[in-house]
Amino acid sequence: MRISRPATLTLRTVALVYLGVLVALPIGLILLRTFEDGFGAFWEQVTTPAAISALSLSLVIVAIVVPLNVVFGVATALALVRGRFRGRGVVQAIVDLPFAVSPIVVGASLILLWGAEGWFGFVEDTGFKVIFALPGMVLATIFVTLPFVVREVEPVLHEIGEEQEQAAATLGASRWQTFWRVTLPAIRWGLTYGVVLTVARALGEFGAVIMVSAGVAGESQTLTLLVHSRYIDDHNEFGAYAASTTLMFLAIVTLLLMTVLDRKRHSA
Amino acid sequence: MLEAPATGTDVGSARRRAGLRAAGGVGPLGLGVATLWLSVIVLLPLAAISVKAFDDGLSGFVDAIDAPSARAALTVTVAVSAIVALVNVVMGTLIAWVLVRDDFPGKRIVNALIDLPFALPTIVASIVLLSLYGPSSPFDIQLNATRPALVIALLFVTLPFVVRAVQPVLLELDREIEEAAASLGASNLQIFRRIVLPTLAPAILSGAGLAFTRAIGEYGSVVLIGGGIPRETEVASQYIQKQIEVDRFVNAAAVSVALLLIAFAVLFVLRIVGHRTARREEQAR
Repeated sequence: MRISRPATLTLRTVALVYLGVLVALPIGLILLRTFEDGFGAFWEQVTTPAAISALSLSLVIVAIVVPLNVVFGVATALALVRGRFRGRGVVQAIVDLPFAVSPIVVGASLILLWGAEGWFGFVEDTGFKVIFALPGMVLATIFVTLPFVVREVEPVLHEIGEEQEQAAATLGASRWQTFWRVTLPAIRWGLTYGVVLTVARALGEFGAVIMVSAGVAGESQTLTLLVHSRYIDDHNEFGAYAASTTLMFLAIVTLLLMTVLDRKRHSA
Repeated sequence: MLEAPATGTDVGSARRRAGLRAAGGVGPLGLGVATLWLSVIVLLPLAAISVKAFDDGLSGFVDAIDAPSARAALTVTVAVSAIVALVNVVMGTLIAWVLVRDDFPGKRIVNALIDLPFALPTIVASIVLLSLYGPSSPFDIQLNATRPALVIALLFVTLPFVVRAVQPVLLELDREIEEAAASLGASNLQIFRRIVLPTLAPAILSGAGLAFTRAIGEYGSVVLIGGGIPRETEVASQYIQKQIEVDRFVNAAAVSVALLLIAFAVLFVLRIVGHRTARREEQAR
């Protein structure tokens, strides 16, 4: 299909204007607003006690969620690829379920399961608070990030096949030895990719986490909740911009990491 | 280094074990762990909310969804998401086309820009769009707390779906067929409608479907710019959140289940279309 020069230019212009108005311009404006009073003003906003506490809470959640997702995600992927059992299609569908569920529905579901009036309300009666506390925020984050590790590791497991593992077993390796020395090295890049996606989503999750957080500044706010409360409660627009820019920076780092890992994965 | 088995019986048992593994995969323990994990994290919460939605029976569920503000929220959500999906069909395909067939300086940067909405936290998307379309807009555009603002916010977060679905198909498309059609006298419009579009259609549809399911559940990107005015700009997720806050759990659960059902229905249709396309491709081969 040969398209005339004017038509090509028109299509290009429409695409670029759309992307400019929708994405580039707003993001550029945020960056401008964040740094128009210099780097010092920005730095001041992101190093307030509330901001530091929000950053550390976000990192604590990441530090809990990532290992859990790695262990259980790899186990689930192994079961899905290597296991031959009935209902595999159902398990596949359950793994994808979090992609189809609204973050707010995730939060509401957790409240109805773990909250004082929920099915597991007895847990709260023992004094271990789940909802409106850290465990609830962790559960919410695990829910929304659950598919990533499984979905990145699964195709790699398919690709490497079972021959090497069987060879190792024939040579007398125990299951653990086979896993550590054969399987894990083979899936490492896929796994890393899954972890990067998990970290990015965990840092950025908002809807599910705000539902189950107590929302106290300097205590139970993550970075995303800080952005929200600065804008809505404190009317601190500049502070919200500064916190957003920090999150945006993290997002760009994620994108760069993904590009590098993608190349590694395909060359490996 | 792995220890080589010394005796014959060891070899035999190792073979048996290997054989067992090949047949039984990760074994019952691994399967049990995976099932338990998925149940506690995903299934039980969703079961709890589904049961809650029918606490007052089926009529209670229908009443909860049929309440004026609930119905309004669901209608706004579905309508706005449908508009968003349609705009994505046109603009997503157009952008994919430009990124594949056109060449201009800075194309790689534009290509990278597409992924940004996926990487950006949704609340940041809200702030970002407010800066341009909100009260302190430098261009005096006031869209804050209007339905167009909802559309813009959702267009932002769903941007990658259609583009990234269409791009690889367009790259694979055999251009010789297009040239053959052109040499036989077909106009560009004819070529696009008869050759290019049918090939792209499954990818466009799948991208649009995913964009739609994402849009109906979206919260973070619309919470600030949408305003959440009941029966005006309040979307379903905001309605659920407010009902939970005032302890009307059945209402919240009912609308949640309605959202889930809509999402499942869309994904189910996509799956059927996907299967059908795959089968047709196999037959064509």
